[in-house]
Amino acid sequence: MRVERFLKDSARRFPDKTALVAGERRSTWAEFADASARLGAALAEAGVKRGDRVLVFMDNSWEAAIAIFAILEAGAVFSPINPSTKADKLAYVIDNCRPAAILTLAKLMPVTASAIDQATVKPMVFSTAGRDGTHAEGVFSLEAALAHAPTPVAHGGIDVDLAMLVYTSGSTGRPKGVMMTHRNIEAAATSITTYVENRDDDVILCVLPIAFDYGLYQLLMTVKLGATLVLEKSFAFPQAIFDKIRAEGVTGLPLVPTMAAMILQMKDLEPGFLPSVRYLTNTAAALPVPHIQRLRELFPGARLYSMYGLTECKRCTYLPPAELDRRPGSVGIAIPNTEATVVGDDGRPVAPGEVGELVIRGPHVMQGYWENPEATAERLKPGLHPWEKVLATGDLFRTDEEGFLYFVGRKDDIIKTRGEKVAPKEVEAVLHAHPGIAEAVVTGVPDPILGEAIAAMVVVSDPGVTARDVIRHCTLHLEDFMVPKVVEIRKDLPKTDSGKISRRLAAETLRPVA
Amino acid sequence: MSETVQSIVKDFIIENFRFGDTSFEIGGAESLIENDVIDSTGVLELVAFLEERFDITLVDADIVPANLDTLDRIAAFVERKMHGDRAAA
Repeated sequence: MRVERFLKDSARRFPDKTALVAGERRSTWAEFADASARLGAALAEAGVKRGDRVLVFMDNSWEAAIAIFAILEAGAVFSPINPSTKADKLAYVIDNCRPAAILTLAKLMPVTASAIDQATVKPMVFSTAGRDGTHAEGVFSLEAALAHAPTPVAHGGIDVDLAMLVYTSGSTGRPKGVMMTHRNIEAAATSITTYVENRDDDVILCVLPIAFDYGLYQLLMTVKLGATLVLEKSFAFPQAIFDKIRAEGVTGLPLVPTMAAMILQMKDLEPGFLPSVRYLTNTAAALPVPHIQRLRELFPGARLYSMYGLTECKRCTYLPPAELDRRPGSVGIAIPNTEATVVGDDGRPVAPGEVGELVIRGPHVMQGYWENPEATAERLKPGLHPWEKVLATGDLFRTDEEGFLYFVGRKDDIIKTRGEKVAPKEVEAVLHAHPGIAEAVVTGVPDPILGEAIAAMVVVSDPGVTARDVIRHCTLHLEDFMVPKVVEIRKDLPKTDSGKISRRLAAETLRPVA
Repeated sequence: MSETVQSIVKDFIIENFRFGDTSFEIGGAESLIENDVIDSTGVLELVAFLEERFDITLVDADIVPANLDTLDRIAAFVERKMHGDRAAA
């Protein structure tokens, strides 16, 4: 089934029920479907066709939720872009996937305009009005597009068409677009809502960026269920989020370990302080076992799911909550209708207790990376049958005697910070672009809130360059979560005997933050 | 007084979240979060700074946008806190 059908079905089943609460703005399912149909028709009229890519460069907002479904209504492919993306990377993405249009917000117009200046491809831009109520020259009014007649678009698309491209940090230093069809999304969403035991009366709080697949799927699953999504922009003030949870009767609370750490360092919380919450989920990185125990004390009636996944197949495993006491350090078993196997270098399953690479098989596995056959071939391998591919995750796991999975580490040097993946090479490329830096190496160091913090060791060619200058340079060229927290300036970088800069030795030298 | 608190906090923000970029400007009534001046974990750093610099103690219920999301609100909150603490002492 195509994903925009989820929205039509929910609008038919629950027309007057609240679908979306985004800040002060609330929409019913009928209103959500109507707004998406209007914007979808406007996009089609402007020339967006079946299979065209359209970027959604927005923060967690009402407009972003509508935009995603409007793009699908037009038969096109959406690509959510993190709102802290800087112009040079956005320009790279524009030239990489050649979008027909970018949908954005007034506050992100300066970055958007600068990216389009740098890019070879020149997409249309739809934006909300600035504070003065006007739009820049050549920019389409998103407000006007949302007021277009809701004429259905006869795009002729089917469910094996591409639905979305989600860019992920690449080990070569360039982002890669993970290709997912409508069928992939339906498979992943169905599997997850099954084991989480979601219901159509769930009220799900999403404070995770919807440019990140964990956040994005809160929207997609809510639409599939006909439940209610409470979309928030930031977890900066957990108390304000708790007030929202109480006011809206939130039942589902998706977390990453950084959010859990922020909740657990609060001083005045009482067990049962958020009685409406029926379940919590965690993914992106493992929760420390003491955090699991404390969360269970604070949410005594709620189910807690420890999960593991990667954008390339959305989700791989979950630990049934009943198993938490027995194996709190496990991320569980394959999600429904998929297989997860730990294999050795020869591709054969290893014995329990032995470490190997986790391989995923199922209808949720991506189609590959957009126009990047080399990177695709590294991840997608021949499967059991001649017609299928399986996903080599690049993550090392072991199982216990009963087949439950335990994360061991990465095969490569990807850093997990605040739940997001960062390729050290992407940060190093930005450091090397600084005229005063001769050499740089980037690694992750343990951090109690972030999981890992990004740390850089640099050798400067200009003695006037300070650590602060280096961080400021990074803030201008990298998304917030990629900016190093620690920069050490050194005379030389740690090297292996063969003279190669060693990320591992750098990691051993750099001290944990705080 | 509020001028002083506000400028101390602004200096802290420039130093820690703008990495010394003195060209940075934000109005006293503009949201620090909405304008991406500080991120979610940055609030924890801000709270630690306010506690130490102004010798005040923040309880969980204090850490809300109404007290901390703009320079004006932070200044007013810190002053209330300082006077409150003194009255209680």
